[in-house]
Amino acid sequence: MEVPILKQGQNLIASIQSALTDADLSQLREALIERVGRFRARGVIVDVTALDVMDSFAVRTLRDIAHMARLRGAETVIVGIQPEVAFAMVQLGLTLKGVATALDLEEGLAFLDRAGQAGLDRPRGRIERA
Amino acid sequence: MPTRSKDRESPAAGLPAPTEDTAALLRELVAHLRQNRTQLREEWARRITRAQLLTAMTEEEIFAEATSVYDNYVEALETGTFEALQAYARNLSERIIPRGVETHEVVGIVLLLRDVLARSLFGKYHEDFDKLNRILDAYEPAANRIANTVAVGFVQERERIIRQQQEAIRELSTPVLQVRERLLILPIIGVIDPQRNRQLTEQLLRAIRTNRAKVVVIDITGVAAMDSNVANQLVQTVEASRLLGATVIVTGLSPEIAQTLVTIGVDLSEMATVGDLQGGIEEAERLLGYKVLPLEEVTPKG
Repeated sequence: MEVPILKQGQNLIASIQSALTDADLSQLREALIERVGRFRARGVIVDVTALDVMDSFAVRTLRDIAHMARLRGAETVIVGIQPEVAFAMVQLGLTLKGVATALDLEEGLAFLDRAGQAGLDRPRGRIERA
Repeated sequence: MPTRSKDRESPAAGLPAPTEDTAALLRELVAHLRQNRTQLREEWARRITRAQLLTAMTEEEIFAEATSVYDNYVEALETGTFEALQAYARNLSERIIPRGVETHEVVGIVLLLRDVLARSLFGKYHEDFDKLNRILDAYEPAANRIANTVAVGFVQERERIIRQQQEAIRELSTPVLQVRERLLILPIIGVIDPQRNRQLTEQLLRAIRTNRAKVVVIDITGVAAMDSNVANQLVQTVEASRLLGATVIVTGLSPEIAQTLVTIGVDLSEMATVGDLQGGIEEAERLLGYKVLPLEEVTPKG
């Protein structure tokens, strides 16, 4: 199933609606990275609220998206990780190091706003310290 | 002659069934113990005091308990059933465990009673060695079984209390409190084990979501000791919270814990740590953009 990618201002929003196969994930990665350039996006939000499982491939793909998007000039936030999923992830050692996370879409947008204001001096992977 | 009922679930199973002969001997024995009740009971209480058992109780209390233990003991010998004794042992344990009576004391006093009674049997039958032998054959298995019953009853009661307390502690153990909009604190007191860590993390993650928290201060002033396991569990909790978009500040690492962690080489560089809870809350407020000022500085004078 293809993941819809929405454009909102300078941000791209990919909202995952159901469990994804590895092929879907790879397709999502390619589509996002391509669109970051096409739309000159400054931020990417991947919403995983609907996922109740995340395996190592999914986590790696999300991390790759974040790193690749950064190389193309956009900051990525993963939003909506469920508490159970978060707990399972840390137990498996999948911690999305260096990738920003936020509670939900609203928080993610707020984070990107702040990151945009901070210009090139963006926070990397955690809430900015004053 | 009435058939004697046997206690099937007694701990000391596998005793030979008492024959009519031993039944008669036991009856004789019980009659003797009833007759000399006062004197034997006093002798027993004396020996308890001399052996310095039950030091948590006064002499009157010891004597009162000794009386009821004695009567229950003799009754168990007479009827051969242990239900009443088991119930009594449980009841006794319930009363004396909170007062700090130890297992060795309970076992000790029952064994003392067994010895006191055996001595008195020696005294009564010392002229008829053959009879003494048969009496002891009847007495010893029953007496050992009584000792066993009482000891098992006591230990079971103790374990029940321990289980109960563990549950109570677990329920009380992890309050997640909101101190400001989007700021939670989680004071941890006591030992962190994997099970508790799991429960604590789940509770924290749920609270982060329901309160839409951005910053969490975990205060571990109340954690006495920490090893690499506990530290790694803490790191996991911090990581899991970050995945939900919350920054975690850990406060109250004691000097001992700091030294241990550095010595055993646990890497906590990923974790934001602040000296005490106050500092942690101040840091959290800064992250959230709060600034706490005394009123005079806010309201213009005049």
